[in-house]
Amino acid sequence: MQYSFILNGKPVQVTAEEDANLLWTLRERLKMTGTKYGCGVSLCGSCIVHIDGKPIKSCITPLSQAEGKKVTTIEGLSEDRSHPLQLAWIEEQVPQCGYCQSGQIMQAAALLAENPNPNREEIIKHMNGVLCRCGTYLKILKAIEKTAQKV
Amino acid sequence: MENQIESQGLSRRKFLKLGGGITFLVTAVGLPALVFKKEELADTKQISAWVHLAADGTVTIYNPASEMGQGTMTALAAIFAEEMDADWTKVKIEDAPVEPEIYGIGWGGERGGSMLTVGSRSVSGHYNNLRQSGAQARYVLLTAVAEKWGVERNELKTESGVVFHPKSNRKITYGEIVEFVKIPASVPEIPDSDLKNPKDFKLIGKEYQRYDVPFKVDGSAIYSGDIHVPGMVYAAIVRSPVNGTQPELKNESAIRGIKGVLNLVSLKHGVGVVANSMETALKAKAMMEITWKGDPKAKSHNSQEAYAEYEQLSKSSQTGSIVAQAGDLNRELPKAQKTIKADYKNDYVYHAQMEPLNAVAHVKADSAEVWVGTQASDGTRNDVANHLGLDFKAINLHTCYLGGGFGRRSMTDFVIEAVDISKAINLPVKLQWTREDDLQYGAFRPISLQKLEAGIDQNGNINSWKHVVIGTGGGLLGSGADIPFYDIPNKLIEVRNIDHGVRTKHWRAVGHGPNKFAIETFVDEIALEQKKDPYQLRRELMKNHPRELAVLDKVADMAKWDSPVPKGRARGIAFAERSGSLAAGVCEISVDRSTGKIKVHKIWGSLDGGVVVHPQNAMYQMEGSLVMGLSSVLFESITFKEGQVEQSNFYDYPILRMEDAPEEIILEIIPSTEKPTGIGEAGLPFMGAIISNAFAALTGKRLRHMPFTPEKVLEILS
Ligand code: FES
Ligand code: FES
Repeated sequence: MQYSFILNGKPVQVTAEEDANLLWTLRERLKMTGTKYGCGVSLCGSCIVHIDGKPIKSCITPLSQAEGKKVTTIEGLSEDRSHPLQLAWIEEQVPQCGYCQSGQIMQAAALLAENPNPNREEIIKHMNGVLCRCGTYLKILKAIEKTAQKV
Repeated sequence: MENQIESQGLSRRKFLKLGGGITFLVTAVGLPALVFKKEELADTKQISAWVHLAADGTVTIYNPASEMGQGTMTALAAIFAEEMDADWTKVKIEDAPVEPEIYGIGWGGERGGSMLTVGSRSVSGHYNNLRQSGAQARYVLLTAVAEKWGVERNELKTESGVVFHPKSNRKITYGEIVEFVKIPASVPEIPDSDLKNPKDFKLIGKEYQRYDVPFKVDGSAIYSGDIHVPGMVYAAIVRSPVNGTQPELKNESAIRGIKGVLNLVSLKHGVGVVANSMETALKAKAMMEITWKGDPKAKSHNSQEAYAEYEQLSKSSQTGSIVAQAGDLNRELPKAQKTIKADYKNDYVYHAQMEPLNAVAHVKADSAEVWVGTQASDGTRNDVANHLGLDFKAINLHTCYLGGGFGRRSMTDFVIEAVDISKAINLPVKLQWTREDDLQYGAFRPISLQKLEAGIDQNGNINSWKHVVIGTGGGLLGSGADIPFYDIPNKLIEVRNIDHGVRTKHWRAVGHGPNKFAIETFVDEIALEQKKDPYQLRRELMKNHPRELAVLDKVADMAKWDSPVPKGRARGIAFAERSGSLAAGVCEISVDRSTGKIKVHKIWGSLDGGVVVHPQNAMYQMEGSLVMGLSSVLFESITFKEGQVEQSNFYDYPILRMEDAPEEIILEIIPSTEKPTGIGEAGLPFMGAIISNAFAALTGKRLRHMPFTPEKVLEILS
C-alpha cells in the first residue's frame, strides 16, 4: 500500500503492508530513528511523536492513521536543537542513557504548546506516562519548569 | 583484518598520518608497546590510539568504556585532556576500537585487562592510565616544538591547546604542530612529579557539560537498534519460558506461509523467525505455537516458596561460603546478655533498561560484523569469535550507545542469537527483543533471605554479629554483606546458595541492594531495641573510621537529623559503601494509610568518592541510582511459577514514574584528594533501609520484605 503524510515538514511516501505501524515505519522504512521502542503496548512513552501537534504513542498507531497528517518526531522538533525544551534539556544536563528522552521531550513539547505555563502538578500529570529507568525525573521537571517560565 | 597488533619489535612505526592529522599511540607501562598497522587515510573512527589531533586543532579522544548513561565517556576524556592540556572546546570523543590490550583495565586499574564496563570502575580504573597517557601526548608535542624552535623542552609551557616559550615570547597551537610533529621511538613514562598539580586542574573536579547530551536531545545518538545495513532483514525469537526447555514448533508451515516471512531458524532455546519487516517478524513470533520439551531444574522453581527452602537451609549446621569473619562468634554469641534477631527478604528484580536488547549482525564466510550496545566490548568480540570458530581479528564490532545496561548488557546472549540467525540465513539481520522478551528472558538480581542476629553485651554494646545470606545466584549474593566500617569484635558473615536453574545476573550495585537493606535496617532495629538514636548508634560503631563517619555526619547535618519532622512524616537514615565509594542517606516519608502508598518527600545524600572527576555528573549518577533504587524498593518484583516468570511488561512490572519520584533530592560530595572510587551505583544500596527505617519511625511497624508494595504496607499496618 501507498501511504503519504508530512514528516517533519516534508511530504513523504511510503510503500508498506497493511499492518505497517507508525513506529517501525519511522524507524525502519524512513530511518528516522530518534523515536524509540520501549514496550510496544503504550506503557512507556519512548515512542511518542506528534500527529497534527498531539502527542501519540507511535508503537500502537497503525501507519494508516498518519495518512495525510502532519507527523513530527524529535528530529523535526527543531532543525538545530534550538527548541526551548532542547536548550533546557542541555542546560539541565537531563539525559543519562538518553533512550527515553525523545519521548520525554515530545510529550513535554505538546504540553507547553497547549499550556505554556503549567504548574508542577500539571506537569507531573502530563508526564507521568513516560518512563525513565535512569531516574532523570527531577531534571526533566526542572527543565520543563524553567522553559515554562521563559516562554 | 585491518586492525593488527604488532609488537614493537616488528614495527617501529609510532604514528600514522591520516586525514590531515596524527594519531598518537602512547605506549603502555609494563606492557610491550603495541602498534596498529593501518592504511593511511583510514577513517579516523577506526584508529587505535588514545588521541587524534587534526590540523584545525580538533582533538579526538578515544573512549575506552561503554557509554550507558553513566557519563564516563566525558569524564574519561576529561582526565586525558587535563594532562594533555587540550582545549576542551575542541575535544571530540569517539568510542575506542575493541583492543583491550590498550583500552582495557584490570581489576587493580592496570592497563591491558578487559573493556568490561561494570562495577562503576571506569573512572577509578582508568584514572592513572589516562593521566599518564595524556601527559605523554603532551610530551610528544613539546618535544616536537622544542626541536623545531631549538629550545629546551622544559622551557615550554602549555595552556588549553597552545604551547608557549616565555623566554622568546613565542607560541604555537596544538593544531599547528601537526604539520611537523614526529613521534619519538619511545615515549617515556612521565613521573608523577611532572603531572599536573591538582590545584591547577581545569577539568578534573570542575563543571563542564556531558559530551553525549546534545545528541540525546535531538534523536541523533545512535543505539544499536538504530543501525541500518544494506540488505538487512528482521528477526524475532520465541524463547523458552522455562529456562532449559527446548522448542518444538507445531505450526511451521503456517508461519512460513505468512507473507513476508523469509525463514525460520531453530535455536537451542527457541525459534527465530526472519522477515522482511519488523512488523511481520513480530506478528509471526506472536503466532508461533511451540511445545516446550525437557524437564530442567528450573521447572520446579516457585519463587515465593523458595523462602521456606532458604529457612530450611539456614538451619543446616554446614556453614556456607564465608564472606567475612572476626573473633569467635560461636563462642561469644551464646554468652550475650541479649540477642536480637531479624529476617529480611527480597524478591528477584529485573533490569528494565529502557532499550530492550537488540543487535545487528552480519556473518560472512570467514568474518563477522556486529553492531551492539554492550558493556563487554572485548567479551562480546571474543564470544562471537569463539562461537563462530573464527579468530577474534575476524570480528568487527561496532559499539553503540546503550539505552541502559545495569548489568544486563554485560551478557552476550542476545548478540550470539543475532549471529546465529545471520549465519543461518546468510544475511545481515536486526534482532529485536520485545519488552516481554526482555523481561521474561531476563537475568535477575537474586532473591534472598537474610538472617541476622546480634549479641549485646552487658554494657549495651554490639559484641557479636551473625549474617547469613541464603538465596540463589552464588557469587552475586555476597557483595556488600561485610561491614568493615562497623567495629564489632565477633562476626560471621556467610552465603548459602541454592541453584534453582534460573538466570540471575549482576544488577546495579549487585548484592549491595539487598544486603545493605538487611544490614542497615537491622542496625536500626537494634538501635530502637536499645533505645538509642540510630544515627548515634552508627556513629559509635564507626568511631574509628573517620571517612565513613564524615559521610554519615554530613548527611545528618544536611537533613538536620535532630530537628523535628513535619507532622505525619518521619525520617530514616542509613550508610552504605559500594565500589569503594562511601554514601549515606536520609529520607523523609509519609504513608497513605488508606492506599498503603509510601510517599518519599525528600532524600538527602552524601558521598565520598575520592577525587571526583566530574562532580555534577557524579551527583546526577547518585540521584539516578537512588531513584532506581527507590523504584526497586517500592515496586519491583519478579516471581516464578513452575519456572516461568509471571510478569511480562510494565503493567505487571511497574517501575517508578514521575509522580512517585521524591519531591526533592539534595546531595553533597565531600571534597577529597584520595584516589577516585566508583560512583555510578553509590546511591542505590541504602535506599531499602532508609525507607524501612523511616516507615518504622512513622508507624512503629517494620517492613522486612522488599518491595514495599501498597499491599504489603496495608497488611503490616492492619
Ligand atoms: S514503545 Fe510505545 S509506549 Fe512504549
Ligand atoms: S535517560 Fe535512560 S531511560 Fe531515561
